[in-house]
Amino acid sequence: MKSQPPRSPMAARKRRAALLFLAPAVLFFTVYVLWPIGQSIVLSFYEWDGLAPKVFVGLANYRELIDDDTFYKALKNNVIWLALFLLAPPIGLALALFLNQQMRGMRLAKSLFFMPFVLSGVVIGMVFNWFYEPTAGLLALMVGHAMPVLGDENTVTFGIIAAALWPQTAYCMILYLTGLTAVSPELIEAARIEGAKGFTLLRRVILPQLRPATFIAIVVTVIGALRSFDLISVMSDGGPYGSSTVLAFFMYEQAIKYYRQGYGAAIAVVLMLIMLVYIAYFLTRMIRQEREGGR
Amino acid sequence: MFPTPIAKWQPLNRNLYRIAVPVVLILWLLPLIAVLVTSMRSADEIMAGNYWGWPRDFSMWANYKEVLTGSPMLKYFWNSCRITIPSVLLALVLASMAGFALATYDFKGNTLLFAVFIAGNFIPFQILMIPVRSLTLDLGLLDTVTGVVLFHMAFQTGFCTLFLRNFIKQLPYELIEAARVEGASEWTIFHRVVLPLIRPALAALAVLVFTFVWNDYFWALTLAQGDEARPITVGVAQLKGTWVARWNLVSAGAIVAALPAVLLFFAMQKHFIAGLTFGATKG
Repeated sequence: MKSQPPRSPMAARKRRAALLFLAPAVLFFTVYVLWPIGQSIVLSFYEWDGLAPKVFVGLANYRELIDDDTFYKALKNNVIWLALFLLAPPIGLALALFLNQQMRGMRLAKSLFFMPFVLSGVVIGMVFNWFYEPTAGLLALMVGHAMPVLGDENTVTFGIIAAALWPQTAYCMILYLTGLTAVSPELIEAARIEGAKGFTLLRRVILPQLRPATFIAIVVTVIGALRSFDLISVMSDGGPYGSSTVLAFFMYEQAIKYYRQGYGAAIAVVLMLIMLVYIAYFLTRMIRQEREGGR
Repeated sequence: MFPTPIAKWQPLNRNLYRIAVPVVLILWLLPLIAVLVTSMRSADEIMAGNYWGWPRDFSMWANYKEVLTGSPMLKYFWNSCRITIPSVLLALVLASMAGFALATYDFKGNTLLFAVFIAGNFIPFQILMIPVRSLTLDLGLLDTVTGVVLFHMAFQTGFCTLFLRNFIKQLPYELIEAARVEGASEWTIFHRVVLPLIRPALAALAVLVFTFVWNDYFWALTLAQGDEARPITVGVAQLKGTWVARWNLVSAGAIVAALPAVLLFFAMQKHFIAGLTFGATKG
């Protein structure tokens, strides 16, 4: 773009148009997304039950958080979620490679594999509640004895994560299936002629070309892991004894069940700071790409 | 193509592969198949403990009828429609204008604004929860469909703007310049030149955002208690308490809740996947 031209009528017209076209979206996005973020940050320095006047308490909410066992339990579970959720991209890739063939009915098969992603968290939760049903569920039937996955403090989080991996893996699979269609056939042929095959071919030639798909798969998986709420709410309600809580659920519980909105806001701020790391990573990459590829 | 196409495999392996695909598929969908079968079982069989044997008598219609008439599920289903459809349409209207502006006008703060729309998508819902709830309460819209629609519309505008801005940026800019030279107003350019060209993107977004909003649980829980506004996701979550151990009815309820998004996906697969995987092949 050239340096700012003198105020021509065309420049003024474009400026006015930009403003008018953007105004409604910016207005609503500010009111419902940007402004609330600021309000939550401010609220985290107050004590508030939602009704009585707010009382400024400085850093008291954060100090309480540092001593709160539930906070550490939630944080630990978030780490487990994150670590295990990152299985979704490699399993999704494996499924995509498995299904990347031409055969009658393959399109339908791919769609059916992908279907779990279209189900809501609540439905997934119900499906797995039935699957895990301690005495009559399919899992108990398969292992041959009663197995209270969701009733046991040691297994509940893993049980929920397994359920959550189902749609997440489907999502990663579809990203990779799309990515595979864009891999250059000439390059594969050239590599094959030079004798590369199987795993070496995958690692040296295919994976580098799938990098955009991998990037998106990892970003959505990390964000998904940190956002986990629906399944926990439906499958265990954070229990037994708060053992399956995560930050998102802990926050909701404090704010809605115990009317501790200031404390809840502080938890939300911590969660956002954690996510901000990934958001910043995503944004810088996106904008760098923009600079390189812009016209 | 990678892996090697099965056409070039040995016949034995090829046949094994043909068998493996449906087997893996059935295993993959097993939990869902279990729910589907359970939703067709009669209450007597559930009581008698026949959970996994072949159903002796199908009572699919009885179960689904009971779910739709013996509980407020039908009402919740309708609430979900009243929430989802306007949210999708309004978000698309706001975002197509904003995406057009971000893609075609060069002004100070353009990149910053774009970055804000992207970042907004990844924010945890919890940081918005208390203020959005207070705002909705102050507007007198708590536990109403309108209150939920306003939030979804605003939030989804971020994602749609990001998507449409990138899509419009890929259109040949000469088209817009040419229209301008011919004396078209900016509104005409948007409305007559750009809108018709972004129709596929709008279709992709419409199906995607439909499923996002239809499947939402968190905001329904936060903003829409009470029968007047409660959508079907919350309704299904409640079934567990309403029909303790009546898994056939709970299952039928879950299927009813899942159906619209699933049907829409199968009807508009191509658009859906194009939207979801936007950016997975380049960059």
